[in-house]
Amino acid sequence: MKGAFRGSPVLKLVAQRIALGIFLLFAVSVLIFAGTQILPGDVAQSILGQSATPEAVANLRQELGLNDPAYMRYFQWVGGVLTGDLGKALTTRQEITVTLMPRLWNTLFLAFWAAAVSIPLSIILGLIAVRFRNGPVDKAISGFALASTSLPEFFIGYLLILFLAVKLQWFPSISTVYDGMPFLEKLKAIVLPVIALVIVVLAHMMRMTRAAILNVMQSAYIETAELKGLSALDIICKHAFPNAIAPIVNVVMLNMAYLVVGVVVIEVIFVYPGMGQYLVDHVVKRDVPVVQAVGLIFAAVYIGLNIVADVAAILANPRLRHPK
Amino acid sequence: MSQELDYLSCRVVAGRMSRREFLGRATALGMSAAFANSLLAGAAEAQAPRKGGILKAGLQGGGATDSLDPALPAGAPPIAFGRCWGEVLIEVTPDNRIEYRIAQEIGSSKDAKTWTLKIRKDIPFHNGKEVTPQDVVATLERHSNKESKSGALGVLRGIETIRVDGGDVIITLKEPNVELPYLMTDYHLIIQPNGGKDAPAAGIGAGPYKVTVNEPGVRHGGEKFKDYWQGDNLGHADQIEIIVINDATARISALQGKQVHMINRVEPKVVDLVKRVPGVTIQNVTGRGCYLFNMFCDTPPFNNVDLRIALKLALDREQMLDKILRGYGSLGNDFPINNAYPLFPDDVEQRTFDPDKAKFHYQKSGHSGPILLRTSDLAFPGAVDAAQLYQQSCAKAGITLEVKREPGDGYWTEVWQKQPFYASYWTGRSTQDQMYSSAYLSTAEWNDTHFFNDKFDKLLKEARAELDQEKRKNLYREMANIVRDEGGVIVPFFNQFIDATWSGVKGFVKHPARDMCNGYALAQCWIEA
Repeated sequence: MKGAFRGSPVLKLVAQRIALGIFLLFAVSVLIFAGTQILPGDVAQSILGQSATPEAVANLRQELGLNDPAYMRYFQWVGGVLTGDLGKALTTRQEITVTLMPRLWNTLFLAFWAAAVSIPLSIILGLIAVRFRNGPVDKAISGFALASTSLPEFFIGYLLILFLAVKLQWFPSISTVYDGMPFLEKLKAIVLPVIALVIVVLAHMMRMTRAAILNVMQSAYIETAELKGLSALDIICKHAFPNAIAPIVNVVMLNMAYLVVGVVVIEVIFVYPGMGQYLVDHVVKRDVPVVQAVGLIFAAVYIGLNIVADVAAILANPRLRHPK
Repeated sequence: MSQELDYLSCRVVAGRMSRREFLGRATALGMSAAFANSLLAGAAEAQAPRKGGILKAGLQGGGATDSLDPALPAGAPPIAFGRCWGEVLIEVTPDNRIEYRIAQEIGSSKDAKTWTLKIRKDIPFHNGKEVTPQDVVATLERHSNKESKSGALGVLRGIETIRVDGGDVIITLKEPNVELPYLMTDYHLIIQPNGGKDAPAAGIGAGPYKVTVNEPGVRHGGEKFKDYWQGDNLGHADQIEIIVINDATARISALQGKQVHMINRVEPKVVDLVKRVPGVTIQNVTGRGCYLFNMFCDTPPFNNVDLRIALKLALDREQMLDKILRGYGSLGNDFPINNAYPLFPDDVEQRTFDPDKAKFHYQKSGHSGPILLRTSDLAFPGAVDAAQLYQQSCAKAGITLEVKREPGDGYWTEVWQKQPFYASYWTGRSTQDQMYSSAYLSTAEWNDTHFFNDKFDKLLKEARAELDQEKRKNLYREMANIVRDEGGVIVPFFNQFIDATWSGVKGFVKHPARDMCNGYALAQCWIEA
C-alpha cells in the first residue's frame, strides 16, 4: 500500500488539507479575539458584579492590563497558546489549563459514549432502511428518526428525566461526575444525557447513510451484482456501502463535532460538568482568556474532525487511491 | 403565632435562647406558662438534632468562576459553602437580633463612634491554630482596604481605625453609627488566618465543616470539623455537599429523584405543582429584596414630582404581585424597606392603584407623549411581563408607556444607572441605614434614582447616631415618607425566597436575609431517621 502513495496526489492532497486547517485555525483565532473584544460590558464590572464600587472596578481594570491596546494583547495571547500556555483566568486567577482539562475530558467522555452508541446504530439502521426501502420497516425507522430530530433537545431531556429518573427512578436525573468516581457509576450517571444525545444526532446520520447508499444503488454495477444473484444485504454491505462511505463519514464527523461543541443545553439540563457550561459561566463574567481558550479548542475540534472527514473521503475515492 | 413558637422552642433547644426568655416570650404571645413549658418539652424531644449522614443541597447561582475567596461577590452556592467552612464575628437572627459568634460581646462608647468587640477564646481554625484578635483585625483590614475588591468594602467604609487591645478589637468610626454590629454580619466577613492576606482562597476557616471538595460551578463538599466551637448548634451531618444546579427544572427533578435533600429558588409559577409532590415541603419567606422601577429624579421628564407620583399611582401592584409572583411576595410601597427590616415603620399608608389620581397628577405635570421604560428579564425574573402589565395599567390613567426590552447581556453596565427609567432589583441590606446609604443618600455609590434630598440626608445621619430605638423608628418613618412621595423609586413588590426540602430534613429555620436559612441550611439542618 505504502508504495501506492509515493508520489501520488493523495499525500499532497492530505498535506494540503492539513495546511489549510492550520491556516483556518489562525483565522479563527483572530475572529475569536475580535469577537471577545466587542462583547458588551466591561470585564472588571462583570467580575465584581452589580454591587461593585467604582474604585474596586478601576483597581481591577488596572491590574488586569485592560488598558493595553488590543493588538498587543492578541500577540501576547497567540504567543502563549503556541507555547502551550493558555494564560490565567481573570476571575479565579487559576491556570486555565488546570480548570479546563477536567471539563474537556468530561466533554470528550460524554461525546465518546454518545458517538459509540449512535454511529453504529445509525449506520445499521440506515442499512436496514435501505434493505427494506419504502416498506413498513423503512417507514417506521425514518418516521421515528425524523420525529425525534424535530423535537428540541431540552424537551427530549425533560421527557427522559420525567420518565426514567423521576417516575421509574432507574437513573439519576443529575449527571454530576467527578474525579475518582467509580467507572460504572460514572457510566450510570451519564446514561440519560447519552440517550438524549443519541436521539438528537441519530436521525441526521441515519438519513444520510440511507440516502448515500440509495444513491449508489442506482449504479450499473449494483444491477450487475443483482443479476449475479447476490443477496440484497450482501449487495448493500459489500458493494454499495464502501462506495457511499465518503458522504457518510462526512456527516458522522459533523455530528461528532456537534457532540463536542454543541451540547451546552444538554449539559445544563442534566447538570453535566462539561465544556459548554464552563464556557457560558465565563462568558457571563467576561472572563476573556477562558472564552478565547475554549473557543480555540472548539474550533480546533471542528476543523480537526473536518480534516479527518476530508482525508477519509480522499482515501475512499479509488481514483485517487490508484492513480493511473 | 405557632410558627413563631416553634421557632422559639427550636432556639431554646439549640441553646441560643434561655428557658426563661422563652417562657417570657411565649406568655407574651398569649400562652399560659404551663402550656408553654409542655411545648418546650415536646420541642426538645422532637427537635434534638440527629447527628451523622450526608446532607446534600442543589443550589442555583454557581459558576465555574466562583472562588473560595470570601471577598469576592458570590451567588447562593459559594455563600452557603462559606457558611459551612467559615465563621463570622456576628450573625443576625431571623427576628433581627444579634447573635454572637467569634465576637463574644460588643459594646460602644456613648457617641457610638468607638466600638469594642470582645473576641471569644479557644475557637480553632481548621489548621489547628486559634482565632486571635489579630486575625480579626487582619480580616477587617483586608476587606476595608481602599484597594480592596471586597464586596464588603461598602459597609466598612465608615471605619477609621482598627486595632487590637488585649483580647479585644477596637474599631473607631469616622462618624457615629449605632448599627455597626449589623454591618459586621456581612457574609463576606469570614474570619481567616491572618485575614486571608496570605492565601485568600485557601478555604481555611473556623466553621463547622472542612473543605474537602471545591469544584466551582459543579460541586462543593465538606466533612465535619471535630473541633468546631459550637458543635451542638451547627454541623450535625457528617458530610455536606452542594451540587450546583442552575436549571430550575433540573433542580426540582433532582429533589423529586431524591438526589438532594433541599433546593433553593423554586420559581413562583411552579410552587403549587411542587407542593403536590408527596414528601416535599415548600419553605417560603419574604425577604428584603425588592423588584423596582427606577426613575432619575434629575432627568426630564422625571424631574417633575407630579409625573413621578402619577407613575407611582398608575401601577396596579396587586395585579402585578398576583401575576408575576403568583402571590409569593408582598406589596411594595415605593420605599425599599419592608417588615423584614428592624425598626420598619409599619404605619406608612399603602399606596394603591388609582388611575384617576394618576391622571390628575399626570396632567398637572404638563408632560405629553410616550415615556420609555427599559426592561429585561435579567433585571428580575418576570421584568418584561411586569413592564407590559405596567404599560396596560398606565394606559388606564391616560399615560403612554413605551416598553423597550434590552439585552440581558450587559444590562447592569449599559442600562442600570445609565438610562433614566428602567426595571431593577435590590437584594436588600441588613438594616435600613445600610439600604438607604447604599442607594438613596445624595452621595451614595449606587444612587440609582439620582435622588438628592438634603432633608433626607440629614435625617439619615441623625438616625445613625440615635441610640433611642423609638426615636430612630420615627426618623425612619419620616425618611420612608420622603422617598415614597418624592423619590424616584417605584417598588411594586418584595419577593420571597422559596426553597423546598424533603420532609426528613429538620432544623430548617426560615430567614428573611437570604434563601436557605440565610445560607446556613446545610450547617444547621439534620436528616431525621
